[in-house]
Amino acid sequence: MTAVLDKIAEGAIPPGDAPTPAPGAPVSGLAGTLKRYPLAALAALVLALIAFGALFAPLVGTTDPTALDPANRLQGASAAHWLGTDHLGRDIWSRLVYGARVSVVVGLAVAALAVVIGLVIGLFTGFIRWLDPIVMRVMDGLMAIPGILLAIALVSVSGASILTVIAAIVVPEVPRVVRLVRSVVLSVREEPYVEAAVSVGTPLPKLLWRHVLPNCVPPLIVQATYVAASAMLTEAILSFLGAGTPPIVPSWGNMVAEGRLLFQIAPMNLLYPGIALAITILAVNILGDALRDRLDPKLAKRVGQR
Amino acid sequence: MPLLVLQRLASTIPVLLIVAVIVFLMLRVSGDPAAILAGDTATSEQIEAVRQAFGFDRPIWEQFLGWIGQVLQGDLGESLFTGLPVTTLIAQRIEPTLMLALTTIVFSVAVAVPLGVLAAWRSGTWIDRAVMVFAVLGFSVPVFVLGYGFMYFFSIQLRLLPVQGYTSPFTDFGAFLKGIILPTLTLSCIYIALIARITRASVLETLNEDYIRTARAKGQIERIVLFRHALRNAAVPIVTVIGLGVALLIGGVVVTESVFNIPGLGRLVVDAITRRDYPIIQGLILFFALIYVVLNLIIDLAYTLLDPRIRY
Repeated sequence: MTAVLDKIAEGAIPPGDAPTPAPGAPVSGLAGTLKRYPLAALAALVLALIAFGALFAPLVGTTDPTALDPANRLQGASAAHWLGTDHLGRDIWSRLVYGARVSVVVGLAVAALAVVIGLVIGLFTGFIRWLDPIVMRVMDGLMAIPGILLAIALVSVSGASILTVIAAIVVPEVPRVVRLVRSVVLSVREEPYVEAAVSVGTPLPKLLWRHVLPNCVPPLIVQATYVAASAMLTEAILSFLGAGTPPIVPSWGNMVAEGRLLFQIAPMNLLYPGIALAITILAVNILGDALRDRLDPKLAKRVGQR
Repeated sequence: MPLLVLQRLASTIPVLLIVAVIVFLMLRVSGDPAAILAGDTATSEQIEAVRQAFGFDRPIWEQFLGWIGQVLQGDLGESLFTGLPVTTLIAQRIEPTLMLALTTIVFSVAVAVPLGVLAAWRSGTWIDRAVMVFAVLGFSVPVFVLGYGFMYFFSIQLRLLPVQGYTSPFTDFGAFLKGIILPTLTLSCIYIALIARITRASVLETLNEDYIRTARAKGQIERIVLFRHALRNAAVPIVTVIGLGVALLIGGVVVTESVFNIPGLGRLVVDAITRRDYPIIQGLILFFALIYVVLNLIIDLAYTLLDPRIRY
């Protein structure tokens, strides 16, 4: 969701002489960045653990996350069930770990797809003048529909599966990427080196690839983290509302949705996946903020952080 | 001025038209609309009957013109499940949503703007950092987690507030207030985070201006410097974000109403999903997009009131 904020902030605050602290000594590489942003280092560690758990789910003390055991339902934490069992006797810890897979896959897939699609559209609209007004009106139209509603509608017409959920979340995210890329392209287009490249007859695809694309990469990396956070959130909300991954799949959103029924009796069944989701998204957002400070100082200045 | 107002008004037409095209195409690009509307268990004759009844056998542009003509006359079609017009259903369900949106906007602005000013005024201190930490948290904790968290703490543990439900303020105002507190808190967090962040950034920028130094040099009270000099000049981006943030609010309303069992428009959407009642989903998307666009148009026009330097 921070993506929305950045998008808004980008246009909303007129460029001025905002006081920014000196950027400090240039830090190089991942290690340097992590050292300068200890909170981001922690966030990266948390994400690494979650990714590890998701990847090696069968090896981290889990059993079959869908195995029913009605005799042992709604149990508290024990050696056999680290976080207890749910209303059907399924092991909550196992469901939590396997649920991370869904969130991680959706987050990564949506971020990658939205960035690639948005990049291609943004690069061409920024350079082809007759295309620009048409594409931007379509993007305005897409952005006028609240993202969650659009995703709900897309899933409900095309049926619930992880693939349709990913596609449905990508659609509302694309316009933000397009606008970001376009704004970079519009500013780069006036640079002398681009003019020079145009005047020596560089073909458009090569021009975009060689001279424009490298300028888009840093803000896109930042944007991709926000898109990933927003995608995981939307996926959980869709599952929660019954328009997401099929109920059979152990996902955090589905676990929250199932936990609602017995919330007053066993609140932790709902709160565990909720907290897991909150921690994951928080870590991605913190990482994104640190990356933004590091890679895109201009945007950081406009949003007013640091 | 009136001419320019008309121009702004006209500029919303292409956006709304594109929203309409998207909503129209949604049901059609994802396969056979007649089969989707008829449901999973329909026979081929039933599907054919639906195709005839809804005119899916006509050319697509003819369908679109017919549909858009109906929409412009305020006809959003009928619910597949109850047969009631979608507009009637919206009218029945709008009150709780409107109330929740109003309390949330009032509460969020009342909390977020002073918080943002405070953070900008004391920028770099622990107060500033605390506000920014809250802003990141507000963006990261999902609405339903907040909602159930609040419900667990205030309603189940402390038994201070009702767990779920909605009472109209026109029948029992006290019960309305009690019931609306937790949904408002839940929905406000992300909105407060958004507004506080932008207020801080915007005020921080104006605090650097010459007129602020002048005001302080002549011995103006700091409170007046902050709120009358700095905040007023920082108002345009803040108000813009309040308007754009309504998109977040609409998404949040759907979830919050579901968590707290409030019979509003959000619940109407969720019920429509489970029943696959597409006319309702389409109608509500159009309705919410219209509200969003009109609201932001009004805010656009209000800039002249906030900042006399802006003229249309």
